[in-house]
Amino acid sequence: MQATVVRAGGYVAVMVVAVLATAKAVDGGFAVHMAIVALAALIAAVATLRTADFAGTRVIDRSEYDDEPVRWGVIATTFWGVVGLLVGLTIALQLTFPALNLGLEWTSFGRLRPLHTSAVIFAFGGNALICTSFYVVQRTCRARLAFPTLARFVFWGYQLFIVLAATGYVMGITEAREYAEPEWYVDIWLTIVWVAYLAVFVGTLVRRREPHIYVANWFYLSFIITVAMLHLVNNLSMPVSWVGSKSYSAFAGVQDALTQWWYGHNAVGFFLTAGFLAMMYYFVPKQTERPVYSYRLSIIHFWSLIFLYIWAGPHHLHYTALPDWAQTLGMVFSVMLWMPSWGGMINGLMTLNGAWDKIRTDPIIRMMVMALAFYGMSTFEGPMMSIKSVNSLSHYTDWTIGHVHSGALGWNGMITFACMYYMTPRLWKRERLYSLRLINWHFWTATIGIVLYTASMWVAGIMQGLLWREYGADGYLVNSFAEVVAAMHPMYLIRAAGGLLYLSGALIFAFNIGMTIAGKIRDEKPMTETPYNPAADRPLLAQPAE
Amino acid sequence: MNYDQLRHLADSWGLVAMGVMFVTFVGWTFRKGSAQRLDEAANMIFKDGCDDKAR
Repeated sequence: MQATVVRAGGYVAVMVVAVLATAKAVDGGFAVHMAIVALAALIAAVATLRTADFAGTRVIDRSEYDDEPVRWGVIATTFWGVVGLLVGLTIALQLTFPALNLGLEWTSFGRLRPLHTSAVIFAFGGNALICTSFYVVQRTCRARLAFPTLARFVFWGYQLFIVLAATGYVMGITEAREYAEPEWYVDIWLTIVWVAYLAVFVGTLVRRREPHIYVANWFYLSFIITVAMLHLVNNLSMPVSWVGSKSYSAFAGVQDALTQWWYGHNAVGFFLTAGFLAMMYYFVPKQTERPVYSYRLSIIHFWSLIFLYIWAGPHHLHYTALPDWAQTLGMVFSVMLWMPSWGGMINGLMTLNGAWDKIRTDPIIRMMVMALAFYGMSTFEGPMMSIKSVNSLSHYTDWTIGHVHSGALGWNGMITFACMYYMTPRLWKRERLYSLRLINWHFWTATIGIVLYTASMWVAGIMQGLLWREYGADGYLVNSFAEVVAAMHPMYLIRAAGGLLYLSGALIFAFNIGMTIAGKIRDEKPMTETPYNPAADRPLLAQPAE
Repeated sequence: MNYDQLRHLADSWGLVAMGVMFVTFVGWTFRKGSAQRLDEAANMIFKDGCDDKAR
């Protein structure tokens, strides 16, 4: 009882400080953000008191896993996924029809683009990672979450981070570091949340009842630790004012650029790859009901990724002021990364060995296989694009955008949807999902959407690169920038159509998840029929001679 | 330690140390008797046939 009141008092104190900061703020954006913090602290204080167990009668059932934060995470993943994809479609249409920028600073492409990238990577992907990691670590350790209150703080603290980041982008608050746009005070908040996350995860590992730590947890742990390291170094900066939203980076020039891309590429490597591979190593074997193809390969896959990925960042800075040897180092390590990536893909796909028919009969497995196929495709495309001579054509073009989306929509999106489909009926104790057939609809709209997206961006990017580098006999460039933009208009339209299809699939997903949570089951024809002919299922009787 | 010293450490002993660590970690999975242990680890997620109860 006392602890609860102290905690609620702490939230009120935070609220008071935030209100003071709002009053003292030197810019409007900071004032809005501190008002949001004050509101969040007030809600936290009220929630703490309302849910408090003053009578001390509440009994925690320790024979069940602590799945409440996981359930919240499934809902948050679904919600932010739809929001992020909707903003993505919006900015794709803005590129096609610039009038859609509406002439307002808040809705211009430059502000909505980080909103889209952060919403899909950190809100959708991040919530998926946090909730699946809480689900997997409990089940592979055969133990409940170590610090239940802290786990709930991680969930809500992370949502506050998302809200602060998203509102900041719209108001023009940005450090202008790709995928690390939030300003200094939001960075500090994320650090606190992330340390709490690490404590919950490691605490659960320490309390495990199994001698071996399953390989999925290795991937989750490397993701949590590496992201903490990347976040701290890349966001070293000096605020202009303690009550203002602007800060300046601790690094300058090419050092700043390299720090940023060391962060940026390892965000891809450890957030979008290692973390999602952890999901793959648990949920693919569980759904196929057979162990991973080769556990030894999974360990080799793990250490190869860890040792190679961290050096690949400089390939984002080919032909810049970065020293040549560093560029070559980035390229060589990127090419080497192809091997562990495909090792992981093969390991995932071959888990289905002997049960390939499940791709036909189980739509969740179909989705997982498509995710792995896209993982393989984009981890081949990436190393190829990191080769300097290819990069001289592809860099700064829409080919890069296409590559990123084949990885993000194909690999991260599809594996996340599959895991949510796996977890939802189990978390809410439902007999099955609302509809398996709707997963098929989701699968096909999403797949066709990705195909339209990547194919149009390949054409757009290569065309763009070739038009930019074309020069005439007198040495002048043949095409102006605006001419190249105009030439890409049809490709931008196709890309937006692909985005619309992918978003439609996500809406079908959200509907299916929502109806499952509501406890509904769709009356539908099962995915497979059991072929059986009772008349033929009989022994041959001896026939009397004619 | 200045930049030059760090750089020379990185491409000599640092590189050797990283290489040895990597080979050790990978080699560890090939040591005698590991096949059975790896098999047990791979099947651990199916143990007891129930995955919704804590212990």
